[in-house]
Amino acid sequence: MRFIDEYRDAKTAEQYAHAIAHITTRPWNIMEVCGGQTHAIVKFGVDELLPGEITLIHGPGCPVCVTPVELVDKAIEIAALPGVIFCSFGDMLRVPGTEKDLLAVKAGGGDIRIVYSPLDALAVARDHPTKQVVFFAVGFETTAPANAMAVHQARRQRVANFSMLVSHVLVPPAMETILASPRCQVQGFLAAGHVCTVMGYTEYEPLTRKYRVPIVVTGFEPVDILQGVYMCVRQLEEGRAEVENQYGRSVRREGNRLAQQLMVEVFRIIPRRWRGVGEIPQSGLGLSDRYTEFDAEKRFGMAKTVTEEPAECISGEILQGVKKPCECPAFAMHCSPEHPLGATMVSSEGACAAYYRYRRLRQAETIQPGRI
Amino acid sequence: MCLAVPGKIVSITCDEPLLRAGKVSFGGIVKEVNLAYVPEATIGEYVIVHVGFAISKLDEQEAQRVFEYLRQMEELGELESGSA
Repeated sequence: MRFIDEYRDAKTAEQYAHAIAHITTRPWNIMEVCGGQTHAIVKFGVDELLPGEITLIHGPGCPVCVTPVELVDKAIEIAALPGVIFCSFGDMLRVPGTEKDLLAVKAGGGDIRIVYSPLDALAVARDHPTKQVVFFAVGFETTAPANAMAVHQARRQRVANFSMLVSHVLVPPAMETILASPRCQVQGFLAAGHVCTVMGYTEYEPLTRKYRVPIVVTGFEPVDILQGVYMCVRQLEEGRAEVENQYGRSVRREGNRLAQQLMVEVFRIIPRRWRGVGEIPQSGLGLSDRYTEFDAEKRFGMAKTVTEEPAECISGEILQGVKKPCECPAFAMHCSPEHPLGATMVSSEGACAAYYRYRRLRQAETIQPGRI
Repeated sequence: MCLAVPGKIVSITCDEPLLRAGKVSFGGIVKEVNLAYVPEATIGEYVIVHVGFAISKLDEQEAQRVFEYLRQMEELGELESGSA
């Protein structure tokens, strides 16, 4: 397919890998922010094309993974109510809550439907006027314009039986949290290309200045990622710290203004807890006052509960790039995509799930006890 | 989750500002896509689609820069293997 195949061309990828090796003189740690990039890196083995000096650290960019347990618990509570049709993207169904997941509610007779778009959930609401239809609005800035449009249309068309359980998160505050941590090992970032397609990249310019860290807005195909790494390494080697845009075919500096306008109308910025990380100020979106009647938490009177996360799961350290999945004692032992302890094992974009799918067998081959 | 894929607009089915929509082909698979956020995109052009919404129109010139960049590096001698 056009705009995909040419960015998966092996020869082009190799050329970029050579160029990276050519300019690298010492070790560098680069974090790819987005889970989609993590998935592509592990799937295509992009990290294995890089010289040994370059380490890719996998970032927190998977909204499924960072949705706090208390919101998953609220989703489970609402989905189990009689008269409710609960709509969600498929990834969220296996995310463990305190006691169970949404899939268990569905197995127990709850009317839970997997939708592709928030507009599909709105259509379900129109088709079932006697039911309460709730959409689990999870996502980063990339997804916010779609969810904003669904609520906006619900309000304009007076679809009163529609509401949203909002768990939106914002990327730049999470990057700043990582940079401000005393344990931070990140020396350069590949920023998330689709988040920047919506928001542009002016928000990153103060970060490059404050923390002296290069940020390269990067796409999702292997050649994109390799070029992003090349541009980042080049800045590091030359002692520069600027925002550069590798993904110019989709990203403009100012982003998508129309999408931002509707986001500003429908949402407001709020503090948000990130699973495994904790509360990050100004890092989430909630519905603005004009749209508060569509807030499922208010409609169903969900109390503000704080839930503890399971201690065994190290997803917090994984999400901040402090540890790799195979360093977790539970990895592939009693934590797997079928029975996940934490959300990084659930979503296909979670670092643990990507390693489980593409790296587990190879590890087993190299760690045969008889060879030691 | 932020997965978004390129597709080609094959028809416009609604041209009202907030409801703008069209059929988009993803390598032959055609889906209805909301085009409200890309009012400038027309039939035959490529858009990036996420959860049923086009979030940008692909820039053909920029799309070539990945390969032009490589040509420039070739001229700088950075593409020769065996940097050691």
